[in-house]
Amino acid sequence: MKRFRILLAAVLASLLFCGVATAAEHLRLATTTSTENSGLLAVLLPPFEKANDCKVDVIAVGTGKAIKLGETGDVDVILVHARAREEKFVAEGYGVNRRDVMYNDFVILGPAEDPAGIKGLADGAEALKKIAAAQATFVSRGDDSGTHTKEKSLWKKVDITPEGQWYLEAGRGMGEVITMATERRGYTLADRGTFIAYKSKTDLQVLTEGDKALFNPYGVIPVNPKKHPHVKIDLAEAFVAYLTGAEGQSIIANYRKNGEPLFFLYK
Amino acid sequence: MGFLFESFQHAISLILSFDREVFDTVWTSLYTSTVAILLAAAVGVPFGTFLGLGRFPGKRAALTLLNTLMALPTVVVGLVLFGLFSRQGPLGSWGFLFTPMAMIAGQMVLATPIVANYTVAAVAGADPRIMTTALTLGASRLRAMRQLLVETRFGIVAAIVAGFGRVIAEVGVAMMLGGNIRGYTRTMTTAIALETSKGEFAFGLALGIVLLAVALVVNLFLNLLQQR
Repeated sequence: MKRFRILLAAVLASLLFCGVATAAEHLRLATTTSTENSGLLAVLLPPFEKANDCKVDVIAVGTGKAIKLGETGDVDVILVHARAREEKFVAEGYGVNRRDVMYNDFVILGPAEDPAGIKGLADGAEALKKIAAAQATFVSRGDDSGTHTKEKSLWKKVDITPEGQWYLEAGRGMGEVITMATERRGYTLADRGTFIAYKSKTDLQVLTEGDKALFNPYGVIPVNPKKHPHVKIDLAEAFVAYLTGAEGQSIIANYRKNGEPLFFLYK
Repeated sequence: MGFLFESFQHAISLILSFDREVFDTVWTSLYTSTVAILLAAAVGVPFGTFLGLGRFPGKRAALTLLNTLMALPTVVVGLVLFGLFSRQGPLGSWGFLFTPMAMIAGQMVLATPIVANYTVAAVAGADPRIMTTALTLGASRLRAMRQLLVETRFGIVAAIVAGFGRVIAEVGVAMMLGGNIRGYTRTMTTAIALETSKGEFAFGLALGIVLLAVALVVNLFLNLLQQR
């Protein structure tokens, strides 16, 4: 019994020590799976953490959930991509001082054999229409994310309610959906950043791109401290300043995967 | 087959190179699970002992309820505690959500019924003469109970091992309440889920192997305790 007690005391002491050791300030950032899965945050955050002596806790979820976490005050700042919803978030008083950070674009991915014949089409909505007409497999995020929001707006444009055996609502992140579409030889809408990051893991190709409607801007918004007094607004503002400032912007512009830039800056 | 084999090789080299990220997630897993199981044992063992020894109306119902709680889906626990810990919830001001504390709370809720249930089985199956003998020898009731727990330590340790196995392997609570934050609340299971979602099969597999190894070491250690 004695040996057990000594052991127990040692375990408890080491646990206590660890609790004390992690006392740095934490900034909670809710963001989309695309910024996390693309690997950008892994290079973007450390300089900020070092300069401000803090830890950025990244909660990577869909844009819809990220905005929700901001509304409930469970995070301090959000970095998302669904312009209309971001503006609503600010208008309703949940966020302050929204700033543009970067952009890339959405692309429609599909198998090389292209059963719906959308290759080379520039109009995203037109491409979806053809996919629906051909009843070709389409994997949707189905998770209320920024990409899903964009997809729904495209369907709306051509007045189609996608349903049926061919339309799969995955309810998962961007990377998982690309993997699913690869396995099922189907189409999907993806942000270019995640696609480039996944290029070596999928044989899907970019079939439709370049449409204005496929523009994908990212914005950063601190949560309104008037609504949630516990929000670390100073640190959140510092984070916004870093992302939109010279250092953050140059890291974003220089971030490449497989030799290709993933995100672009506003000039 | 080549794909699987290569992933396996990569996994082994990751472990041998003592990857910092692997180490962090292993540590978070061990840390939260250990604290959670200690708390669960502190609640579950006395409760189970009481339930196993006591004779009172409604005992059957209590046992049935406990059995049901053993099958609590982790996502349900995650969901309910998310509601409690969110800033809009009743305990929101604690700021627990997306911290290891929230994960520990969730894992404790999962493990307590398991520990209690196995404890019930252990004390109910013990020689009924232990208590009476101790009492006639002049021990206090508390002392007699302690003697009983010493005699049934195999069962009690098994209860704790079962609870530990459940919490270290679960992913729902860790994901929903911890938020899978790198270097902070990322555990082995949430990391495996993430790496698979990113298509990083090898890294996921590496963590899976580590998870199994940890389970093995914990069980070897507890075996040692039981043999005393």
